[in-house]
This record gives sequence, C-alpha cells and structure tokens, in this order.
Amino acid sequence: MRKVIYTSILMILLQISVANAGSTDSEKLKVNKSQTATNECFEGFSRTVFKFNHGLDKAIFKPIAKGYRTLPVELRKGTGNVVSNLRSLLTLSNNVLQGEFNEAGKTAGRFVLNTTVGVLGIWDPAAALGLQKGGKEDFGQTMGVWGAETGCYFVLPILGPTTTRDAVGLVGNIFLDPVYQITHDTEIRDNVAGNGNYAEHNFWIYRGADGVDFRAKNVESFDSLEENSIDLYASVKSLYLQDRSKKISNSPSSIDTQNDSDWEEIDNK
Amino acid sequence: MKKKIFIILFFSLFLFSVKGHTYSSDPKEFITEIVNEAKIILVKTNSKDFKTSKLSEIAKETVDIEGIAYYSIGKYKKNLSEEQLKEYLILFEKYFLKSFTSRLTDYSDPKINVISEKVINNKYTIVESVLIATDKKPEVKISWRVYTKNPDQPMIRDLIIEGLSLARTQKEEFSSVIENNNGDINQLFAALKKFINK
Repeated sequence: MRKVIYTSILMILLQISVANAGSTDSEKLKVNKSQTATNECFEGFSRTVFKFNHGLDKAIFKPIAKGYRTLPVELRKGTGNVVSNLRSLLTLSNNVLQGEFNEAGKTAGRFVLNTTVGVLGIWDPAAALGLQKGGKEDFGQTMGVWGAETGCYFVLPILGPTTTRDAVGLVGNIFLDPVYQITHDTEIRDNVAGNGNYAEHNFWIYRGADGVDFRAKNVESFDSLEENSIDLYASVKSLYLQDRSKKISNSPSSIDTQNDSDWEEIDNK
Repeated sequence: MKKKIFIILFFSLFLFSVKGHTYSSDPKEFITEIVNEAKIILVKTNSKDFKTSKLSEIAKETVDIEGIAYYSIGKYKKNLSEEQLKEYLILFEKYFLKSFTSRLTDYSDPKINVISEKVINNKYTIVESVLIATDKKPEVKISWRVYTKNPDQPMIRDLIIEGLSLARTQKEEFSSVIENNNGDINQLFAALKKFINK
C-alpha cells in the first residue's frame, strides 16, 4: 500500500512535469483552427477531477516546491541539471522517431559530455561548448509529428490535463524511456514488483525531482494564473493545448507560428 | 516678462497633461521605452497602489484595450445589443487593467532585454524580448504583438509568453464562461464584475 501511495504521489509530480515542462523549451506555437476546435471528452467529470488535482497541488506539491526553493541555488541548479540530463534520453528516442537526426546527435552529444565531464549531469559543460539545450520531446509529440489527431481533451485524476493522443503517449513514454527500461524490474517477490534495491523507484524519484524542480520554478506563474483567471479550468486547457501544439511544431520561434486570422476578423469589422 | 513666463508655463503644463509620454513609432524602440518606463515605476516604490496607478496609465496609452476586448469576445459580439457592447467595453477595460497590473506589480526589479523585431505584415510586428532568469525564476521569452496599422502610433495587442498567447487564452476563457452558461453573455459580465470587485 505504501508503495502505491508513494508511486501515486510521484506520478502527480511526474505529470506536472510532463504537462508543463515545455514552458522553457524553444519550440514553436502553432495556434490554428484545429487546436481551438479541440473538444472536451467529458467536461463535467474533467472539471471535478481538475478541482481535486488543484486541491492536491495546494495541499502537497506547492508546499514541497516552496520548501525546495529554500535550498541553496547551486544545489537546486545541480538537481535540475541531473534530472534534465536523464530526461534527455527520452527526448533522444523521440528525436530519432521524428526523424530529427541532427537534434538526436546534439541530444546524444550533450548527454555524453554532461554525464562524463559534467559529473553525472550536475554541470552543463556541453552548453559552454556550443551544444545548447534543445526542446524536450515525448511520444505524444512524436505521434503529433507523425500526423495523429489531438483527439479530445480531458483531465486525468492525479495525472492532470491531457488529450486522447497524449494519454496514449504517456504509455509510449514508458517503453521509450531508457531510464525506465534500465531501472525497471519485472521480477515479482512477495507479490511486489522490483528487486531488493528498489531500482524501479529510482525512476520515479528522478521524475518526481523533475516535477518538484519545475513546480518550484513556476510558483509565481501559477499563482498569477490562478489569481487572474475568471475560469481557471478553461485557462489551463487553453495553455495546455497551445503548449502541445507549440512542441509538436518543433520551431525555435514563436513569430512564424502565430495565426493572424482571428485578429484579421476584428480588423475587418 | 512675467506674462511670457506664465504663458510658457501654462502651455508646458497643458502639453504634459494632454499626453504624459510620446512613444517611438518604431515597434522595437516602442517596446523598449515601455519596458524601461515600467521598470522605473516598479523599482521606484513598493507601494502597490502607486504601481497599479502608473502601470494603468502606461497601459491605457500603449495597449489597444478595445481591440483586445473585441478579440476576446470573438463571435459572441454579434449577439450583443448596443447597450451590452457599451457595458462590455467598460467592464473589459477595468478587468484588463486589473489583470495586467496585478501580473506586473509583484516584480520589483525585472530585467527585460528587447532583442529583435520581425514585421509580419503592414498591420503587425512581433518584438522579441527576454525576461532574464533570477535565482528563483527561469528565463522567459516574451514576444509582443504590436499593431502597426497606424505607423505613427503602434499599440500592443498581445503578449506571447514562451509561445503561449495571453489574448488567445483570455478569448478561450471568455468563450468557456459563455458556453457553460447556455450562451448567456450576462454570466460573462457577472464573472468580470466579480473579478473587478474582488
């Protein structure tokens, strides 16, 4: 039971990271008609789940994130770098699946340099050598690049905002993430999966740390969004869908990805 | 002589009261001036009321609030009576200024570098800038959609933060409120009033 609770808590942190981690990525936003037309799967249920998740965030994750921020800057920076370095392996798998071989080479080069010279990723010597951090990729994005439709929007308990495509992508990530594959142990002992060293837990700890690091960096942004929304659920939905579209389009600029047609409508009135 | 001084003073005061600040017509320079002016206000004092008042003044001069209001209400505008439209525009301005200033007043010393501009067409230029990272916050890319239909008087229409459009988010939020109340526009007005008065 403890394991289930522990894993669930870490999954929430993981979802915060997965759902929002791209906010500092240099990928583009394609705000188009199809995005705005993304339908709800079952809005009433999603709104209830959203409230539940929001309550959990207030009660557990935000206080953890605030506590994390009291740690020394260098420690937080090192932690962020380590988890980001591990996360880059999932990006690498998806770079390849998307046919982005230059990006894949860059991601692999960064991982090798930062894991060795950068001591397990604590430091980022790759950036100093000109290999700047690229955008994060996941299997939901890869399916988007392949042309899969977004599907409908809904909110998962604990895991948060998603779409049909991204929910499938979450499952795909498990298979594509080398860190999960290395730490995963399917051996069953005393009806519990995993070996005596709790190797699989290392994966969830790393994902949890990624979630805490992300949440800590965005305390004020989330507060501001909450404070300035007249319908927080709708705001989060809009931002989530914009963010996913931006990531799938893989452009470093937001300039050429804005759709002007809505603005044209008001200019022509 | 006294009379001359009086006339000069009078006209000086008149000029300053008519327009507090004349901004550049070059979009990049325009944004740089706004950022610098806002920064002076944010650094000058910790008084939230002072910051709110001064930032509102800047917003009224540099943001196309009416344009954003029309954009945000989108397709529902055609259902509004003249009276409702009038009420909406008044409510929207109050809502916008409160929302806009409250997002900024928490910053005490923001460091924003205005980097480049790209002309999209004769109506829009996007100005790119970066909010420099601090110990607690990561670097944030901010793009400004500047409306340049009147080239002598550019106006801001949207802020695109890390590729996420604030205007679009607001539009979808308004639409959600209306749709979830069976298309009743009065429920949007009620939500705006609630926000303004909180």
